[in-house]
Amino acid sequence: MNRSLPTTPEAVRERAARTDNLRRRQARSASRQWRRRGLMTAYIVFVLLPIYWLLNMSLQSNSEILGGLTLWPQDVTLEHYAKIVTESSWYMGYVNSIAYVVMNMLISISVALPAAYAFSRYRFIGDKHLFFWLLTNLMAPPAVFLLPYFQLYYTVGLFDTHVAVALAHCLFNIPLAVWILEGFMSSVPKEIDETAFIDGYSFPRFFVKIFIPMISSGIGVTLFFLFMFSWVELLLASTLTATNAQPIGSVMTQTKGASGIDWGALSAAGVLTILPGIVVVYFVRNHIAKGFALGRT
Amino acid sequence: MNHKVYNNRAWWLILPMLLLVAFSAIIPLMTVVNYSVQDVFDTHTRFFTGVEWFEATLNDPALQMALLRQFAFSFTVLAIEVPLGIGIALLMPKRGWQASAVLILVTMPLLIPWNVVGSIWQIFTRGDIGLMGWGLRELGYGYNITRSATDAWGTIILMDVWHWTPLIALLCYSGLRSIPDAYYQAARIDRASQWAVFRYIQLPKLTNVLVIGVLLRFMHSFMIYAEPFVLTGGGPGSSTTFLSQSLTTMAIGQQDLGPSAAFSIIYFLIILLVCWVFYTAIMNLQKDKQQKGT
Repeated sequence: MNRSLPTTPEAVRERAARTDNLRRRQARSASRQWRRRGLMTAYIVFVLLPIYWLLNMSLQSNSEILGGLTLWPQDVTLEHYAKIVTESSWYMGYVNSIAYVVMNMLISISVALPAAYAFSRYRFIGDKHLFFWLLTNLMAPPAVFLLPYFQLYYTVGLFDTHVAVALAHCLFNIPLAVWILEGFMSSVPKEIDETAFIDGYSFPRFFVKIFIPMISSGIGVTLFFLFMFSWVELLLASTLTATNAQPIGSVMTQTKGASGIDWGALSAAGVLTILPGIVVVYFVRNHIAKGFALGRT
Repeated sequence: MNHKVYNNRAWWLILPMLLLVAFSAIIPLMTVVNYSVQDVFDTHTRFFTGVEWFEATLNDPALQMALLRQFAFSFTVLAIEVPLGIGIALLMPKRGWQASAVLILVTMPLLIPWNVVGSIWQIFTRGDIGLMGWGLRELGYGYNITRSATDAWGTIILMDVWHWTPLIALLCYSGLRSIPDAYYQAARIDRASQWAVFRYIQLPKLTNVLVIGVLLRFMHSFMIYAEPFVLTGGGPGSSTTFLSQSLTTMAIGQQDLGPSAAFSIIYFLIILLVCWVFYTAIMNLQKDKQQKGT
């Protein structure tokens, strides 16, 4: 006889109740699983629907767009994309945007790294106030700085250059970089610095050879955020440029021709501004979860 | 704990950053302060006006309305985005290829230039060519964002929820990921309900990231410019004109240097005040935690 099978009536009832309970709980968690998936899918659809619509518009000819509403392009055309990659007034917008974004990322990260190290490792006169003042720059509305920037860069002869926009975006990107990096650096134990100095490393060599590799994922995440905020900003970028360094965002606002807005070209240009973001997210996808807490969980 | 060394030579490490930020923040801000107390006719003729511009700005009914609208907008989007973001973070899959795919999809709206976000929603909500505008009209609702202020408001809030909920969701997701599995196992042994797990395990872990999230969301919603500008242009009338747009019209459109400078300073001070309250909250939270830890 199998000894594990119960013999008394109470024990039989108890065992039945237990298995019943287990089965019910499994069923409930399965239905809960499905509900979770359903809600998540609904949210993803909400996120994707407007983007899909943009894509849909970009693949239709203008006469088809205005001719009537179609849920998917009846007659797929790449004419708008062809126009963007062949006309220099269009594709230079992308080149300009990417130029000042990359420039800004390099400037911001190179001055933010030592500053963040100082904040995470040392106490000095005015450190707390300085840090708070830095954060206030993150809170400054770009509209406030519009006029003074315009005058400042005009006076120093930087108006309508990539450098002007890259420097202007430093206003919020340097504080952001210092803030994120400080979080990541503070999670590296201080004993590592001390051991390295005892081993005879000079500060610059220690910083480049040991410290930077240790926080490389933090630097990657910081660069992602710098890219994000510089890429999406338009108010300063379009005010500080005229023709030579015009970002794609302000090129797009000029699609209003004599015959109304060129919806197809506008949509195609919009789709192309989403692509760099997707590429960047793909590269940092494994660090993004940690990175979004800005090193502070 | 990480004890910091007192060393004033650390200033040398900060110097390059300080010079750059000073160039892009202090000098322009001084210009603004300078303009706010003067009446400038041309480069040679100017009069000292004192607080006149500030008084005029504070008493301007159009700007007062813009400020009220701004607060209403910021609090509405925070009230929607924070709970929704937490909910989505709880729903997001934790491992496997789905986790990466969902992460990338959820992050997408954050990386779209702000004016393109406006364009996307402009196209999406148009009555003739947009799916949403067309759909609502087919359902019998006379949806029109250029005529009805309610529709314009609803659409802008929906757009902001679409655009920025991912930030809260990703912040919370990263907070949830840092909870060790042992906590959940303990909860299972205690037969804790799902609500108890959320209330006593997940939510406390989220406080830190939520403070950051609320701070960032408040700041950005308070400075919103490009999205409503492209979508509604501030209309119908001035029902969706927020502070940044009023300021830009004043400073660039009308070239009213004095009043717009005074306005800028008041605008900046309001954001600073609200953020200072948040910052003190963060500091106190951390202090509490340290005291509990020792």
